[in-house]
Amino acid sequence: MTPGEIALRALIVGFVVTMAVVTGFAYTTLLERKLLARLQHRVGPNRAGYIPIPRRGKRELRLLGGILQPAADAVKLFFKEDVTPGQVNRFVYSLAPTLAVIPAIMILAVIPWAGEITIFGAHFTPYFAIAPGLDVALLFILAITSVGVYGIVLAGWASNSKYAILGGIRASAQMVSYELALSLAVIAPIMLAGSLNLGEIIEAQRSVWFVVLQPLAAGIFIIAALAELQRTPFDLLEAEQELAAGYSVEYSSMRFGMFFMAEYMKMVSFSAIAVVLFFGGYRGPFVDQVPALGFVYMLLKIFVGLCLMIWIRATLPRLRYDRLMALGWKTLLPLAVVNLVVTAVVIVLYDAGAFNSILAILQ
Amino acid sequence: MFGEILKGMATTLKHFFKPPVTIQYPEVKRPVRNRFKGRHELKRYDNGLEKCIGCSLCAAACPADAIFVEAAENRDEARFSPGERYAKTYEINMLRCIFCGYCEDACPTEAIVLENNYELSFYDRASAIYTKEMLIVPVPPNGKPTPQEVEPGVYNRSIPDMENPK
Repeated sequence: MTPGEIALRALIVGFVVTMAVVTGFAYTTLLERKLLARLQHRVGPNRAGYIPIPRRGKRELRLLGGILQPAADAVKLFFKEDVTPGQVNRFVYSLAPTLAVIPAIMILAVIPWAGEITIFGAHFTPYFAIAPGLDVALLFILAITSVGVYGIVLAGWASNSKYAILGGIRASAQMVSYELALSLAVIAPIMLAGSLNLGEIIEAQRSVWFVVLQPLAAGIFIIAALAELQRTPFDLLEAEQELAAGYSVEYSSMRFGMFFMAEYMKMVSFSAIAVVLFFGGYRGPFVDQVPALGFVYMLLKIFVGLCLMIWIRATLPRLRYDRLMALGWKTLLPLAVVNLVVTAVVIVLYDAGAFNSILAILQ
Repeated sequence: MFGEILKGMATTLKHFFKPPVTIQYPEVKRPVRNRFKGRHELKRYDNGLEKCIGCSLCAAACPADAIFVEAAENRDEARFSPGERYAKTYEINMLRCIFCGYCEDACPTEAIVLENNYELSFYDRASAIYTKEMLIVPVPPNGKPTPQEVEPGVYNRSIPDMENPK
């Protein structure tokens, strides 16, 4: 392919994926509200857009209640007054929500959604993504997630509000602390696969998922990812009881909505990263025969990841700030380092044939 | 620590499979309690005459000053209530009312009763003032609407004979 063809294809796939993810973000909010409601004995949004099915002698059955709730929320947000407080730094204040959303979308550029596949005559190799076959994909992800904190910090700083700046400061401290553990946890699958390329990492999980080989790394990754996403139990920067809404306290209308957009999109993309690194990505039964199944497996696994995050939110209370820091620096970071060293040693020994006798006994 | 987290997660998961406790309010309404104090109603006797005699004791008892009563003379050719007088105007400002029930206690004829309607909402303050027409109950099936034309000298007592408490 010529560079022009590659660019055109990336543009088309990028448009489709971005649209799908924006819709997906909207329905992630619905999923969160419905699931959280059910975990708390509530019903959740069920008024907007139901399918009425009349029943004889009884109240009509309402199917898919709340299916249009995201649309209703979006319309509401767009039509609300966009207030800019008087003493803010206008340029940074306007820039911050965008700066939060863009990295959240950019992560999705390298996520492989399916294996080698032909759609409408276009052959995607080695896998289906906006930027397939990027050799530094994981490095790209780590870099982009780090940029994501700027949106929040700048929003907090530009708002000229005590609550907002406290939220922003907490965000930067938390993200810097947990990014170390996150990156170290990510290195384990890289070492096992011997590549930073996400497609090769997935193909390396052909026989067994890395979560089986690296349960500790997977656990550290999930905890650190929750902290990176500022989800409960690590949502200190928007702690309602202490900081009102944290960094987004001075924002209104769709600018406020964009922070939530960033948060939920990051939920989706971090689920996708976790799936790719530890849960076999698009791989699953019969995916070699029918490559299109890869989309299904990928989405299904991401869905499970989202449900897990919501489930954790429904269960765990928020951590105290010093405990948050202690967990990050004193527990996760040393554990990740030890895990890394042990993994490295085991890989070297395995390559040198040290386990051949044990394996021979097992077989 | 990890075991406790898993225990908590199991608990929330257990609750996921229980049915929601939500009552779908506008479609399903939970019945109110026996002594619930909701919106007032002005009662009638079985023959259709109004119980209210316009004495303003409810207005005097009202701690929120929500009730306004204007009385007028009954005539036998146009009779609203037994006795001499009836309530020509009876207004309750539902924004002021605190639903304490003192009016109910003060009423000598048991004309005003706090009933079960709690769905009070208005678009402006003027419509929060409930007039006599809004508060009075419909005429019972065997009664006649007020004003009634009656024989002279029948309804000369404003307060009906009540039994002594036992």
